[in-house]
Amino acid sequence: MTIFSFARLLAVVKKEFIQIRRDRITFAMMIGIPLLQLTLFGYAINSDPKHLPTVVVSHEQSTFSRSIVQAMQHSGYFDIQSTSIGERDAEGMLARGEVQFSIIIPADFTRHVLRGEKAQLLIEADATDPSATGNAISALQQMTTSLLSHDLKGPLAYAATTSMPYEIIIHRRYNPDALSQYNVVPGLIGVILTMTMIMSTALGLTREVERGTMENLLATPVRPLEVMIGKILPYIIVGLVSMILVLSAARWLFAVPFIGSLWLLVAVVIIFIAANLVVGITISSVARNQMQALQMSFFFFLPSILLSGFMFPFRGMPRWAQYIGEILPNTHFMRISRGVMLKGNGLTESWSELWPLLLFMLVVMCIGLVRFRRTLD
Amino acid sequence: MNDEVDLAVDVRHITKRYGHKTVVDGLSMQLRRGEVFGFLGPNGSGKTTSIRMMCGLLTPDSGEGHTLGYDIMHEAAKIKREVGYMTQRFGLYEDLSIRENLDFIASVYEMDRRRERVDHALERLGLQGRQKQLAGGLSGGWKQRMALAACMLHEPKLLLLDEPTAGVDPKARRDFWEEIHKLAAEGITVLVSTHYMDEAERCHRLGYIAYGRLMASGTPKELVANSGFHTWSISGEDISDLADSLTDLHGIDMVTRFGNTLHVSGEDLAALDAATAPYRDNPQQHWTLGTPQLEDLFIHLMGKAQDNYGLEAKK
Repeated sequence: MTIFSFARLLAVVKKEFIQIRRDRITFAMMIGIPLLQLTLFGYAINSDPKHLPTVVVSHEQSTFSRSIVQAMQHSGYFDIQSTSIGERDAEGMLARGEVQFSIIIPADFTRHVLRGEKAQLLIEADATDPSATGNAISALQQMTTSLLSHDLKGPLAYAATTSMPYEIIIHRRYNPDALSQYNVVPGLIGVILTMTMIMSTALGLTREVERGTMENLLATPVRPLEVMIGKILPYIIVGLVSMILVLSAARWLFAVPFIGSLWLLVAVVIIFIAANLVVGITISSVARNQMQALQMSFFFFLPSILLSGFMFPFRGMPRWAQYIGEILPNTHFMRISRGVMLKGNGLTESWSELWPLLLFMLVVMCIGLVRFRRTLD
Repeated sequence: MNDEVDLAVDVRHITKRYGHKTVVDGLSMQLRRGEVFGFLGPNGSGKTTSIRMMCGLLTPDSGEGHTLGYDIMHEAAKIKREVGYMTQRFGLYEDLSIRENLDFIASVYEMDRRRERVDHALERLGLQGRQKQLAGGLSGGWKQRMALAACMLHEPKLLLLDEPTAGVDPKARRDFWEEIHKLAAEGITVLVSTHYMDEAERCHRLGYIAYGRLMASGTPKELVANSGFHTWSISGEDISDLADSLTDLHGIDMVTRFGNTLHVSGEDLAALDAATAPYRDNPQQHWTLGTPQLEDLFIHLMGKAQDNYGLEAKK
């Protein structure tokens, strides 16, 4: 009376593969949907997010630097969180995605302006999502001409006569050409996995109950855990295939760079798949038939695509929507995958997004297992 | 000790509740080894739930019992290995071929010589030629034979069949019963739940359940003899009118029409005779006092159960 038998698990996996193979349309959909989404979302949707978190690294305290910070705040696009931060800290915050911009005012900024030499203001922007930064950057460029005019009066007026008192140098970090594909493709992995994983487990388990095969199965020595894992395993493999599909397309079709570690991404993908599968199991324990399971899957899928920062820049969403978004696994996965692929983030930079994902998985798994057991007895 | 060994199923006072509804209420039942036991009762009377508790699929809320000597409360895994349970609905995969289904069941039971066993089962079924056909394409009779073959694969000592012949044509039903009696002759204990009276009469012993309680059990003959139920059987003309006039009389519990004959039954023979006396001397009708049919008896038991427990169960 073994608690867990590998042979029985293998029998369920094999059966599941035969069923997947025989259900041609579903199988075609599982491969076809990622391809369709990939082509459709190759074009991004633009929006105009404001109040983007910004830090200022100020190497000098002067009237001019204060004016610039003030003007940026007034433009509505920037939410200045700190003006007294070191360059290294700012760099780290940008990499972790805590801020969108880091403004660097060099030490000799005032001197250069007063001498009429070209003064430089350095803007470091997290451009992984170009639609989030585009409008803010153009607002910044427009205000350069008018900004310092009222500071440069009287004896200083000569400095204002030059066409531009200073120039802005923008570093579009992580996505220098502001290509929306760079942003969309890493996010697409999350969207595709959410959809296929939740739907296939929710439907797979509900189908067994609905068709009456679950009762027959449970009358045999097979254990509920073996049924669950046996049903999930084939879909994890299908999920990984989808991921490889999207990654290949990212590389060869859209030439999206992959700077970070592939293995870190694979590890995160497996955690993410598990988080989605437990959602699927929980849905299957609530749904009374396949139709309900499908509807509930979509109920979860829609916010995952709309509120996760995939469709619209996360910081452009209203506060309440951001709170919902923070719960969803897709939000965190997308940040990690963009970070790993475009910024070359390692485990330390990804951790702040990884633990909410793990927490979500644990909480839903407990709910799912308790409910799943109750449906059986 | 010997007694216990001779009982394939021995459950006592088992109860199962779902929320506030008591589905099985203190059921006690014994199945002797090698017998064919018919399990009867109206829809929703708790037959399926009882069977599920006997085969280790459900744990009773209270009571005790053994199936094949294993404790139903704690040894469900051992019970499952030695019991074959055929669900009311076709429980195999319609999108798997006949062979794939049998092979799957055999591997779930971790059987050795799988190929050989599956071959043997297919041969016994006469399905070698169609082994690659999908199970969903089979007719009702074939599906049922295949389900029986699937639950016989691991050579169980006890078979629990939940309404196996519902929706199956008479020829297939007859063949199915031949098979069941063959299995019983080999020493396998079989429990069959059914609504068909002709099938009930093919069983060694019967149990009748209503509202989760066992109302009666015994051989078909014993049941009829011990029922304390008397039936006048009337054939002839104007039976329809007679039925209408007898229906509500005191002393008559049940009036049933069977084509050209009418069955008039009651528990109290004297009252029954008194009630029917004015009608009995009609020369165009033939009256005989006899034993009730099983069906009369069960319908009567159902009515009685309704009086006793029905209101209580509704609460």
